[in-house]
Amino acid sequence: MGKSLVATTLALSLAHKGCKVGLFDLDFTSPSTHLILGAKDAQPTEDKGLIPPKVEGLEYMSLIYYCGNGAAPLRGADTSNALIELLAVTLWGDLDFLVIDSPPGIGDAMLDLVRLVPDIEFLIVTTPSQLAFETVKKQLRLLQELKIPIVGVVENMKMTEAKTVQEQTQCLGIKFLTEIPYDASVESAIGNPDKLLATEVAKKIMKLSQTL
Amino acid sequence: MHEWALAEAVIKTASEIAKKEGLKQVTEVSVKIGELQQIERPIFRFALAQIKPDNFKDAKFRISTAKTTLKCRVCGNTWTYDKKKMDKATAEAIHFIPEVAHTYMKCPKCGSPDFEITQGRGVWLESIKGAR
Repeated sequence: MGKSLVATTLALSLAHKGCKVGLFDLDFTSPSTHLILGAKDAQPTEDKGLIPPKVEGLEYMSLIYYCGNGAAPLRGADTSNALIELLAVTLWGDLDFLVIDSPPGIGDAMLDLVRLVPDIEFLIVTTPSQLAFETVKKQLRLLQELKIPIVGVVENMKMTEAKTVQEQTQCLGIKFLTEIPYDASVESAIGNPDKLLATEVAKKIMKLSQTL
Repeated sequence: MHEWALAEAVIKTASEIAKKEGLKQVTEVSVKIGELQQIERPIFRFALAQIKPDNFKDAKFRISTAKTTLKCRVCGNTWTYDKKKMDKATAEAIHFIPEVAHTYMKCPKCGSPDFEITQGRGVWLESIKGAR
């Protein structure tokens, strides 16, 4: 939960410290990064491929540019084909970081990213819920088996002092990156990146971005 | 898919096959393009000509189109894609990402967006000829 917000804030934080950053929304059925950024009129342009528009200092791409506000009812193979198509035609240029906001869990997007994106590293976002973290553990173990680098785990929307997620993450031999307290004020910063970057949530993510 | 990216993919794949088969010169490449891709052939041909490597210098590119057929997963109805029924913006969106057809098209019989593109999506190399 909150992974799109973490991904977007992380991309903004990296750009804020002077990196060239792209943000790629691969959550085709529930895209939301455009709402968080308040992306408005900018559109991709064509020149031997698709050049992402610049949104809040980020090179930004999302399926919403092609399906608008309509639903994208895609099954597995369709999801893979759309993902491959976007990966193939988007010209990102020289980037320091490409932050990819992918759908939760182990699904087509994760498997395709592992298969198609060289040098990919996973930063996993979870909530303190044991139900959420059980799924995350399966994902972490699978990535470990596949020998895919894992940057670490971020515990989002934390409301207690419990250290369960941190301990279990470390038990798996994976770095626990940070915990982000639940902050109801973030909702009012949706669509306003300046306001978002001033939240306590963003301050935690900015601190994390300094270590990447 | 954009014509240039597509042309690059075709040349890359054909080059790999030529290398694997030991072809020193490639003389003909046959490519089939799904109708849903709505490729602008003149741009595609121009891109192929611009990026082809030396061992493709005499190669003829034969390009054909595969009609797009769709099958509804709910009622089983099959129908064909008709670009003329699309407005310009929708056709362009499908040109770039064919899967967004699911956002704009519905089964003409039952209205479901849950359909399968059974034919006419993607690009494939049908054959490659050359001299060893």
